[in-house]
Amino acid sequence: MENEKQLEQFEAKINADSKIEPKDWMPEDYRKHLIRQISQHAHSEIIGMQPEGNWITRSPSLRAKLILLAKIQDEAGHGLYLYSSCETLGISREELIEQLHTGKAKYSTIFNYPVLTWADVGAIGWLVDGAAIVNQISLQRTSYGPYSRAMVRICKEESFHQRQGYEIMGKLAKGTAEQKEMAQDAINRLWWPTLMMFGPHDADSAHTGKAMKWKIKRETNDELRQRFIDKTVQQAEIIGLTVPDPELKWNAEKNKYDHGKIDWEEFKRVVNGDGPCNKKRMDNHLKAHNEGAWVREAATAYAAKQVKEEVVG
Amino acid sequence: MSNVKDSQWPLWEVFVQASPGIPHKHVGSVHAPDKQMAMQNARDLYTRRSEGISIWVVPAEAIVASNPDDSDMLFEPSNDKVYRHPTFYVMPEGSKNI
Repeated sequence: MENEKQLEQFEAKINADSKIEPKDWMPEDYRKHLIRQISQHAHSEIIGMQPEGNWITRSPSLRAKLILLAKIQDEAGHGLYLYSSCETLGISREELIEQLHTGKAKYSTIFNYPVLTWADVGAIGWLVDGAAIVNQISLQRTSYGPYSRAMVRICKEESFHQRQGYEIMGKLAKGTAEQKEMAQDAINRLWWPTLMMFGPHDADSAHTGKAMKWKIKRETNDELRQRFIDKTVQQAEIIGLTVPDPELKWNAEKNKYDHGKIDWEEFKRVVNGDGPCNKKRMDNHLKAHNEGAWVREAATAYAAKQVKEEVVG
Repeated sequence: MSNVKDSQWPLWEVFVQASPGIPHKHVGSVHAPDKQMAMQNARDLYTRRSEGISIWVVPAEAIVASNPDDSDMLFEPSNDKVYRHPTFYVMPEGSKNI
């Protein structure tokens, strides 16, 4: 059968660590998995602009404001790189946005938590972007060419995000007792939701098997989560903050940290729409989308008029 | 809330030249209603960190791409023409600068 031969060639390419490009034959499941994963990734970048956007006008200095603006602009850029790479799989931008609005496509649960203080802005850069970097570095080696290239671009830009967040946390931790408390409070609230960003444990993850086999993902959720924990605990210690996990303990034998249990019930609740800010994030996105409709229409009309004038003129 | 008629504008492919003397390289794509906005969007999206000195934007539908299924037909004929490579030729022992 033609399909079997094609599948064989496809898997041979994957096994040889070659890349799959948009016009290459690929199994429907591979395409579907990629669309689901890349679009979720893209939506996360775009929705992720909201929690930070709330702080632009309340930045504590002009320096902080310029940095925050640049960071949020980067997040928009990352969303666009990812949408473009997803579109090479044969789905349109319109459909992608529609899927976000109908809830068919998800975005990272972390962005459904509120950003209550300036320390939260720091914690997002340090922890949330830090977790994203661990994931994205691994995804640079994904088997799908356009996704891999988007990841390479994103990784180049992302490290500034993490550093600026860590700088904010370090400054607060060295400040007044109140400021330090604010920093500690931020990590207390955001630590566990950050660990959830890596997704369910491998044993409970419905999508891990094929994603690993086809090298869409190169490392499992648990492996990536562990790497993030091992890196971050030391960074917290240096600036005098505590990771809010009483069971966290260095395991010399395994050369890694053992950590406490993650509350997967909370994760499920937030994924399914019952987080503190789910409704607000989606309402905002819909509002911006609908209020921008006339701009998209006007620009399209203007472009058509220009073409007409070129032809006549 | 129907977005059936919504348009996110046509797709353009973006090529950036990083410094003088080297070729433009494909970096990704943007959506835009016309040439001018395609250029502006490409500038905003792909050169935020001094990545380039020149940009080309091309309507994606104007690009003709080869089909992977035709690869054998297209590229096989060059595989048996080793005489197109300088290493094919045997130079006399001791000859220099050739």
